[in-house]
Amino acid sequence: MSTVTVVNRLEIRFADLKKAGRGALVTYTMAGDPDHETALAIMKGLPAAGADVIELGMPFSDPMADGPAIQLAAQRSLAAGGSLSRTLDTLRAFRETDHSTPVVLMGYYNPIYARGVDRFAAEAAAAGADGLIIVDLPPEEAPELTEHLNAHGIHLIFLTAPTTDARRLPAVLAQAGGFLYYVSITGITGTASADEAAVKDAVAALRKSTDLPIAVGFGIKTPAQAAAFARIGDAAVVGSAVVQTLADSLDEVRAATEKTVPAVLGFVATLAEGVRAARR
Amino acid sequence: MSHQLANSFRTGADERGHFGIHGGRFVAETLMPLILDVEKAYAEAQADPAFQAELDGYLKTYVGRPSPLYFAKRMTEELGGAKIYFKREDLNHTGAHKINNCMGQILLARRMGKKRIIAETGAGQHGVATATVCALFGLQCVIYMGATDIERQQPNVFRMKLLGAEVRPVTSGAATLKDAMNDALRDWVANVHDTYYLIGTVAGPHPYPTMVRDFQCVIGDETKVQMQEAEGRLPDSLIAAVGGGSNAMGLFHPFLDDASVRIIGVEAAGHGIDTGKHAASLTGGKPGVLHGNRTYLLQDEDGQIAEAHSISAGLDYPGIGPEHSWLHDMKRAEYVGITDDEALDAFHRFTRWEGIIPALESSHAIAQAIKMAPTLPQDHLMVVNLSGRGDKDVNTVARAMGVVL
Repeated sequence: MSTVTVVNRLEIRFADLKKAGRGALVTYTMAGDPDHETALAIMKGLPAAGADVIELGMPFSDPMADGPAIQLAAQRSLAAGGSLSRTLDTLRAFRETDHSTPVVLMGYYNPIYARGVDRFAAEAAAAGADGLIIVDLPPEEAPELTEHLNAHGIHLIFLTAPTTDARRLPAVLAQAGGFLYYVSITGITGTASADEAAVKDAVAALRKSTDLPIAVGFGIKTPAQAAAFARIGDAAVVGSAVVQTLADSLDEVRAATEKTVPAVLGFVATLAEGVRAARR
Repeated sequence: MSHQLANSFRTGADERGHFGIHGGRFVAETLMPLILDVEKAYAEAQADPAFQAELDGYLKTYVGRPSPLYFAKRMTEELGGAKIYFKREDLNHTGAHKINNCMGQILLARRMGKKRIIAETGAGQHGVATATVCALFGLQCVIYMGATDIERQQPNVFRMKLLGAEVRPVTSGAATLKDAMNDALRDWVANVHDTYYLIGTVAGPHPYPTMVRDFQCVIGDETKVQMQEAEGRLPDSLIAAVGGGSNAMGLFHPFLDDASVRIIGVEAAGHGIDTGKHAASLTGGKPGVLHGNRTYLLQDEDGQIAEAHSISAGLDYPGIGPEHSWLHDMKRAEYVGITDDEALDAFHRFTRWEGIIPALESSHAIAQAIKMAPTLPQDHLMVVNLSGRGDKDVNTVARAMGVVL
């Protein structure tokens, strides 16, 4: 097998932002929510709105680490024909015009396992994915996937939580690539708000063990919070609040309206403004 | 790869919780340290004779164990073949095998100093058993139950409330058992410090499949002794219904290395496997990852989990315990399907034959016995697990008969 030199956009983006002296805004939206075209239009608009890294949710019927906002987003996507194949279609279409924004696919393991991990890794790389977050694949179970991702230059991004103790951290870091995702609350997405002081201590502790950029997420809802956490870590991830903004723009049958794309991108722009003002 | 010895089917799971490719620990990172804590606490409890002595005491005086092994004379004569015995788990306190596991896990939760217990329930049997042991020890109890199931299992919902539990309706997804399990996992992630998740079947992340199996093995262990007393030898076949598979695993496991014993698990075939409306994960599913473990799952091509269907709410789950998946792969156990109609027919016939109203779950096992027994010689010893009593199902059966109560 010939060695393909893949330039991973995550590394480039985090290096550039480090030079610029600010943290990254990472946004999460669900592929196919509320329909394929609208979700693609949103994704295409995200870089201009100020998203530095895009997490693209892969819909799953049983998203047990997610709160109501993202659960409903997955249901809308699946109801509109969303699937792993369609998610990869979305990414391919995005890459027709954007070659520099890193994209991280985020979801659950079963659709990937059902597709075949080798096939998925090849297809995701060809579509232009830079990283992958699989919520229900802890490091103990990950080797069966990482071997294929490594072959295609895709980083498997791991989560660490407030419950991840010092004994466990080395196991997480051993396979971690791209960035480290610090789950700032003990809970599901989009519920509690993270405590700034506690996150500061946790991130400081993590930095002693890893040189990977650290993204903070799960409890960030406002531009001010995004700014604060992007200053503490290397990136702030906003998911449920973006998805909720989308949900609030839908009509009574949960279909997109003319407000949907501008509402989401407008909210992302306010988040970006916050993050960009928070220079370190 | 698994470290199971080729000469024994009873050594699993391996140290990371795998049964062949099945099992494991597929959970969010936030939960991993907690699950490792449960594993450690369970290993310590297993090594502590005081723990087993305490459990044995409650099983004897509170649950009412040992449960009898009953020879069903009329049924045997009617069918004219195998000699049919029933393991009477329906006579346990709360009316099913579920309490065996709840008693074990509640003692473990107490050892771990947990003050708040959460559980998922489908038909409500596990919810009632969990609420029962929480009342017994004065612990806070929250039960997640699909809104659809709450609607069709009102008496059990009321029982749980009488016992002091809070029943939280789950409206996400299809609002049934799998969704209740999702919400219980979400609760656990958010309440890691004081909460113990009391899983009701031999599924979920390691160590639950192994631990629940161990607590249910009292069924098979007793059966072995009782059959020895009754007939002076091992049974020739074992039959049990399989949803998640805890009553079946409890009966089967002590016999796995007895090669002469034929082992048959009965999945719910609903309206029929070919209709797609069933709950037969092994017959109609393929391996996948859900609720913390890899196992056979009902799912579509894209890996989205499908809705299960069974007249029996306790079997209405799109997955199955990972050890069953492994026994299926290894061909040590056979898994067959029984439809709603066959189970209902068995329910009625057994009630009239033996004066015992069986749970609809157990009726699936009885239906399989009705199919098999006439084809077997009269010296064939068959044990069917009567996993629960059918009082909870009289409304469902009345509806199926077109009777308005």
